[in-house]
Amino acid sequence: MADSSHGTPGTTVAVGSTGRQLDEFDNPGLPPHRPRLADRDPRAEKRAERQVALLFAISVVGTLLFFVGYFFIPLDQTIERLRLQNLMLGLGTAFAMLGIGVGIVHWAKTLMPDHEVTEDRHDIRPESDRQDAEKIVNDILDESGIKRRPLIRNTLLGAALLAPLPAIAIFRDLGPLPGNALKETMWDAGVRLTRDPSGTPIRAADVTIGSAFHVIPEGLNEAEHKLEEKAKAVVLLMRLDPNELNPSPGREDWAYDGIVAYSKICTHVGCPVALYEQQTHHLLCPCHQSTFDVEHEARVIFGPAARPLPQLPIEVDDEGYLVASSDFQEPVGPSFWERG
Amino acid sequence: MSSSTATQPYVPKTRVGKVTDYVDSRVGGSTIVKEFGRKIFPDHWTFMFGEVALYTFVILLLSGTFLTFFYDPSMAETTYEGSYLPLRGVEMSVAYASSLDISFDIRGGLFMRQVHHWSALLFVAAVAVHMLRVFFTGAFRKPREFNWVIGCTLLILSLAAGFTGYSLPDDLLSGNGLRIIDGVMKAIPVVGTYLSFFLFGGEFPGTAIIGRLYVLHILLVPAVILLMIGLHLFLVVLHKHSQFPGPGRTNTNVVGYPVGPVYAAKAGGFFFIVFGILAAIAAAFTINPIWNYGPYDPSPVSAGTQPDWYIGWVDGALRLMPGTIGNFDFEFMIPFPWGTNALPLNVLIPALVPAIILFTLMFAWPWIEAWVTKDTREHHLLNRPRNAPTRTAIGVAGVTFYCVMWAAASSDLIATHFMVSLNDVTYWLRVLVILGPILAFMVSRRISLALQRKDREVALHGRETGRIVRLPHGEFIEVHEPVDDYKLYTLTSFESPLPELPTPGRNGKVSRLDKVHGRVSRFFFEDRVAPVTPKELAASHGDHHEEVAGAKDREAISSR
Repeated sequence: MADSSHGTPGTTVAVGSTGRQLDEFDNPGLPPHRPRLADRDPRAEKRAERQVALLFAISVVGTLLFFVGYFFIPLDQTIERLRLQNLMLGLGTAFAMLGIGVGIVHWAKTLMPDHEVTEDRHDIRPESDRQDAEKIVNDILDESGIKRRPLIRNTLLGAALLAPLPAIAIFRDLGPLPGNALKETMWDAGVRLTRDPSGTPIRAADVTIGSAFHVIPEGLNEAEHKLEEKAKAVVLLMRLDPNELNPSPGREDWAYDGIVAYSKICTHVGCPVALYEQQTHHLLCPCHQSTFDVEHEARVIFGPAARPLPQLPIEVDDEGYLVASSDFQEPVGPSFWERG
Repeated sequence: MSSSTATQPYVPKTRVGKVTDYVDSRVGGSTIVKEFGRKIFPDHWTFMFGEVALYTFVILLLSGTFLTFFYDPSMAETTYEGSYLPLRGVEMSVAYASSLDISFDIRGGLFMRQVHHWSALLFVAAVAVHMLRVFFTGAFRKPREFNWVIGCTLLILSLAAGFTGYSLPDDLLSGNGLRIIDGVMKAIPVVGTYLSFFLFGGEFPGTAIIGRLYVLHILLVPAVILLMIGLHLFLVVLHKHSQFPGPGRTNTNVVGYPVGPVYAAKAGGFFFIVFGILAAIAAAFTINPIWNYGPYDPSPVSAGTQPDWYIGWVDGALRLMPGTIGNFDFEFMIPFPWGTNALPLNVLIPALVPAIILFTLMFAWPWIEAWVTKDTREHHLLNRPRNAPTRTAIGVAGVTFYCVMWAAASSDLIATHFMVSLNDVTYWLRVLVILGPILAFMVSRRISLALQRKDREVALHGRETGRIVRLPHGEFIEVHEPVDDYKLYTLTSFESPLPELPTPGRNGKVSRLDKVHGRVSRFFFEDRVAPVTPKELAASHGDHHEEVAGAKDREAISSR
């Protein structure tokens, strides 16, 4: 690299940009070859030969081990047996492969010639080829007449630009348009809060202070699009001391005697906010650690979320079961453009 | 066989000869053997990373094909009746059930799943490390810029292959991963909601996504990867492999071993070694135990879960970004005449900005550096990383930026494992993601320069032998042994460019671009260590006595 004769001839070099030394050491050429043990000592050579053969033999043993594991360890529905079989198959394959691989490499390193060889690099693009190619391209362009006939060229360009559009349009039916889907959930006035996943309704009296319930709307398990509805409708239910809640004006009656229900779908990117810290009344999303303060309407106190969890207004029906008094008043889950 | 044209038709005598000749005369095998049979490949342990990437990809194709015979990419509901007792009778998708069947009811299925998953992890890692090698040794320089770009594309494709495959078992863990993707996608302004509905075929999770990811995973992405690998290797053959500088190696030659037999044996044997090691890992270490997670359900989630390592940095960035700073809210509500639209920058910034920064710099780097150096020569000799201190430092800064985000993806595990506050871990990592790369840049540049100085020292004064000699007048010296010509050449044969000052153009003025270039050039090359010259070496021999070794010691000491 330091030798200026090594640069490609005919290329320009910016003066001063290379810091090329005028005074530099000559390339001494390849160091003398140092013979290996097996090159000098026939016994070492024989030993290496035996080692390679032994490694290949180990490979054979590995293959046999695989078959032992495959045919002689019947699976019996216990995970221990499965693990054992997996271990045998894996170790068998490992020995089979490593035996061959290490054997070949050992062979190459000890017994095959280790003289380094020098080969010249060739020009990637010899100038004569460039000239020939230029002439060919010009002839092709000339014969095609594309330069002389702009009408053909321009109409072809126009057609070629438009032709791929159907290939994009045809993907339109990959999915329906969003419509109002993201703004509505299964919750509605009078829909009972039920336990996830059993679907049994929750009596307000069963919710003791400090407890938390994972909640789904009644009828979710029978819904046609169960998972899609569940992905929007899951709710966390907690009971606090009513004095610890700080509802904003207009939301005083969204809770029932200290029982509050918040959407379980994180307003960050939609993970379930599944962790409830009983002592601090914080909700924590295990995916990205957004933390919400239930005492203050689930406002964000830490992490990447920017919006509080939407609150589900709840009340109690005639039989003492918790019901929603309406759907969520805002879209649940991660933000999207049309959310507004 | 081709007797009609040859003057003296070749007639093979042995049976093998006849078969060979039959094929050869139809496909031109002799020409291929003549061209490639003794082609020279330089040898260095760092050149193996690309091989690992290639071999893991082959293993992925082999194990993946096996898995497709048993896997069913359907999201239809079914009730599990297979061998794994804890999940018997549980409702789940057919995709998840068939993944369980592969694990528990197909002999060798679990092994193949584990080989496939471990290979995927190693594949992305090998591609990444291979790229780091190419970057830090300057192998992306002319004429290899396009091959670098193909390599960058392969990195993105390998991430795509990994991600599309990760979700296929349709378990709880990967389902939550998809949910995050859905959330990020919805954050995209104007089209986000539509993209999400088109990808999932309606509302998340829908019943389409697994089948779509499957087609991408087993057909489209691997096909494009194969195409890119073909191009990549074609260009490697065309350019011939680069080599580290050293005695006998020049910019116009290739020094190494011929393909046949040594290189073919080493590279071919290495495939079996990679396969063997992956098989051993798959035998001993469980990866992705989907039976522990259960089928996907939008409500539960387990704490302390981690994505596959290569997605970690994006997940970490999502964790690091604060949603609000004080009263400043990163979720913008933009009023328009037709209503208000939401722009959740708290999601968009971490999901897109680090990736855009890293990938843009990565793709453009060969041209950025060529602009700085104004160097249009071909480079077939690699740089030792220390001999390009600024490039090395920028690379280390990039790696640090990446690694801090990656570490952030484990912020909860760091907190629980070291019993520190989760919030503090996040605060520290937020500081580190900005400061870390800057510090890493400064430190690694200093280390590079220090190593260059050490090289200079060794070239000028020789190797420290550790032998202490007491001179007649009582002074103690350490005997240094001069390095031989080969080592000396390795230590001194590098370029140390000088910063280029802006020069007035034709109109006698220095253009603004030239000024910028001058500043960048100074930033790159101001701190430099020049290689030792023969004159310097001669001068240092004149006034030193330490370099003499062996039998010359006594003479040197007495001559003082």
